[in-house]
This record gives sequence, C-alpha cells and structure tokens, in this order.
Amino acid sequence: MIHARGLTKTFGPVEAVRGIDLDVSAGEIVGFLGPNGAGKTTTLRMLTTLLRPTSGTATVAGADLFADPAGVRRRIGYVAQGGAFAPFSPVGEELVLQARLYGLTREEARERVTALLAGLDLPGVEERTTVTMSGGQKRRLDIAMGLLHRPELLFLDEPTTGLDPQSRANLWDHVRRLRERDGLTVFLTTHYLEEADALCDRVLIIDHGRIVAGGTPDELKSEHGARTLDDVFLAVTGREPREGAAA
Amino acid sequence: MTALAALTGHYLRASFGNRFSLVFGAIQPFLYLVLFGPLFDRSGVGSWAVLVPGLLVQLGLTSAGMAGFTIVFDQRFGVLERLRVTPVSRVTLLLGRVLRDSVVLLIQAVLIVVAAWALGLRAPLAGVLAALLLITVLSVGMASLSYAAALTMRQELFAPVMSTVVIPLMLLSGALLPMSLAPAWLDVVSRLTPFRYAVEGLRALFAGSYASSALLWGVVVSLVFAIVGVALGTSRFQRENA
Ligand SMILES: Nc1ncnc2c1ncn2[C@@H]1O[C@H](COP(=O)(O)OP(=O)(O)O)[C@@H](O)[C@H]1O
Ligand SMILES: [Mg+2]
Repeated sequence: MIHARGLTKTFGPVEAVRGIDLDVSAGEIVGFLGPNGAGKTTTLRMLTTLLRPTSGTATVAGADLFADPAGVRRRIGYVAQGGAFAPFSPVGEELVLQARLYGLTREEARERVTALLAGLDLPGVEERTTVTMSGGQKRRLDIAMGLLHRPELLFLDEPTTGLDPQSRANLWDHVRRLRERDGLTVFLTTHYLEEADALCDRVLIIDHGRIVAGGTPDELKSEHGARTLDDVFLAVTGREPREGAAA
Repeated sequence: MTALAALTGHYLRASFGNRFSLVFGAIQPFLYLVLFGPLFDRSGVGSWAVLVPGLLVQLGLTSAGMAGFTIVFDQRFGVLERLRVTPVSRVTLLLGRVLRDSVVLLIQAVLIVVAAWALGLRAPLAGVLAALLLITVLSVGMASLSYAAALTMRQELFAPVMSTVVIPLMLLSGALLPMSLAPAWLDVVSRLTPFRYAVEGLRALFAGSYASSALLWGVVVSLVFAIVGVALGTSRFQRENA
C-alpha cells in the first residue's frame, strides 16, 4: 500500500526528514511514533502529495507519488494534525463540498455524509459548526472528512492529541472498526504509545528524520528487553514520548 | 467541471450568507460616487461617464484585490490543505474562488452603475454592458493575484500590505482624474500599470467609441492581466505539491 525509498525533505537549513524507507501492506494499521519535531507530519505530507520530497521515491496506494499525484489523491484520505474545518461554516456543507470534489453528485454526497456521520456517532450534526463541538467530536468529523470517497488508505496525524482518555479510546475503536469492516489500511502518528501498542499491527519510531526502530510492538519490546513501548521509545530516542508535546 | 461548479456554488452561498461583506467590498467606490461624483461632474474635467469607469476599476482593486483575505482563514484552519489533498486540479481550486469573486464584483458594479444613473450618468447601454464584461475580466486577474499574494506573504501582512498597495495603483490608473491632466513623469509611471489601460478602455465604452485604440488596449491589457494572474495564482496553489 505504501512503498517509499530514501524520502528526504529539507526546509532551508533544516533537514526534517533524512532518508526514510517505508513499506506498509494492505489492511495494516501502522503507528508512526516519534518525539515532537521528529519529522512525522513532514513525512505524512510528502506521502499525501502536499509537500514535494527533496529526494526519494514512493508509490502510495498503487500510484507513483511524482508521476501520478492525482491518482494518489483519489485513493487516500488524510486527516491533518490541525483539523480541516473552519469554525464559521456548517459542517454538513463542508462535507458535501468535499465529497463533490471527489466526483459524487449532490445527492450521493448528502447520503454519504449522513451515513458516515451516523457511523461515527455524530448523527444530525450537519447544521452545526465546530465551535459547539467537543474535541472528540471534532476529531471524528475530521475522520469523516477523510473517508468521504472510501479511500483504501487513511493517514491520521495525531488524531487523539489533546483528547481525554475516554475520547481517545472511543476514537481508536472507530479506527479498528474501519479496518475490520472496510479493510482500510491506516497509517497514523500518536504520542500515546500504550494505545499504539494495543491498536497497531506494527510501529515505526522516527527520530531526527530517521527511522530508528520498527516492528510489531511485541518484537520491539523483546528486542529491547522492555516491558512497554514507552521503554523502547526511551531506549531508542533517549526521550520520553510526550516530552515537549502539545497538550 | 462538476468540481468547479461545486466550489463556486459553495463560495457564493457563503458570500450571500454574509450580505454585509457584499456591501462592504463596494463601500469605497460608493463613497467616491456619492461624495466626490457631484463635485467631479461640476468641475469641468468631465462628466459622470468619465468618473464611473474609474470607480469601476477602483472597485476591482478594492473588492477583488482583497479577495485573498478569505484564503488566509482557510489556510489557518486546514481547509486549504484539505482541498489540496483532493484530486481536483489546482487551477480549479483557484478558479472556484475567483469566479465567486467575479460574480460578487459584477453585482457590486451593477449597483454602482445603477446608483450613478440615478445621480445623472448617461451612457449607451451596449457600452455599459461591455464595460461590465471588461471589468469582470480584470477582476479575474485581480482576485487571482490577490490569492497569490495571500499564499506568498506572511498571513498577518496581507491585509495591511494589500490595502496600502491598491491606493497608488488606483491613483496611477487615473481613476479619479484623467491622466491627460498629469505631468509627463506621472503619465509615464501611470502607463506602467495595467489599470491605466483598463480605465481608458472603460471610458471609451461609456463614450460609445467602440473602434478606439483606447478600447483595444483596454481589452488586450485586461485579458493579459487575467491570464498572468491565473497562471501565478495556480502556481501558488501548486507550490510544494508532489
Ligand atoms: N514548512 C516548514 N518550514 C520549515 N521548517 C519546517 C516546516 N515544517 C516542518 N518544519 C521543521 O521540520 C521538523 C519536523 O517537523 P514535523 O514533521 O512537523 O515534526 P513532527 O510532526 O514529528 O512533530 C521540525 O524541526 C520543524 O520545525
Ligand atoms: Mg506533527
């Protein structure tokens, strides 16, 4: 589903990503973990065609990132770290617009939005703006936005950061269900390693723009003689997972 | 095409939901029309048919010129990124907005012409209709450049920079007083801005001189301006894309 080789990105003097190889198979949930500023968002933005890599190659959802960015865009969903809704527009209109940009007719778009919102425990919020919603509701809305066109692959950038434990658990349940029901492949970043341990088939740890560890949570723990992923993280990065993280 | 219609419709609904901003975008030319127009009409420099074309260009500068302001918010809230991750072409993402801005400008321009008519403007109908078309073409370029500027400069700079830049552009266009009155140096500087040609082309239309070189130049410059604007705007939407 994702095959990347030697991806790098430099912003002026900053080498944000310094040569990343990635392979994600269809149907996997892969966690992309790393301290703040490690290069997670930059990597996701490259894989979602939003940022041109300085060097490297990648095929994403079967399409070449450079030769066929529109093909990539058709097949992936992306839930950005900062969300996707302006606070002054009814969310239903924004969702319908987005669905139509993927080629749905207005009627199809409306039906799709209604069904998706119901499936994400957000029935009937179409007329509301995000101002009146909780953090967990907003994040599920962002996920709805990313799923409108039934992508094969969903990128989630810190979907639960800032949520309370209960909302986080609820959101992960939704992600699990999407994989089980639709066979969705999920590539996500998070600071909550215990949750990544429970959710992800595989995790990759990135630090200073390089992948410094990767494998199933159990493999990583036994490899480093660690009891938890937090201990693995500390061992390979020398830092606590939530050090310097936005609350 | 569906995407373009969906985008334009979406933005138009948002604009009409906020009538205040529709009126506000035209407030400057309206003030000039009502508070300066009667003076101009009696000054001996020219009649309403000379002033109103200038006010239409002023409208293009202030209304379409500030269009980029809306994208600053979309950028801040992740809306722009979410649009850019769809397969819709970048030029469509730009034109969806620009068409909205042009429709808004056209409505504002009609209101100004109607108000001017009430104040005493007389001009051939065909010329006025053609002038509305020409100012719409100009607004496509202006709005596109405004988005390009908004996507290029730091967010907080956009409003102060743009509202300052349009003032010399408006004065140099000869919108308020014909450049035939200008000293040579000012006339030369004025000829370096595209709006000078637009104003003179519009004045030719209001005067019914459809075969004049002023009109030809006005049309050519406005078209080139629109094409350059859309090209630049699109390249800013494309920026950093894979
Ligand atoms: N647009 C940008 N311009 C300059 N530097 C950037 C930009 N985006 C990210 N960076 C830098 O790249 C590094 C990686 O950032 P990011 O990918 O956002 O990290 P993460 O998502 O892992 O917290 C950081 O040092 C950050 O400051
Ligand atoms: Mg990040």
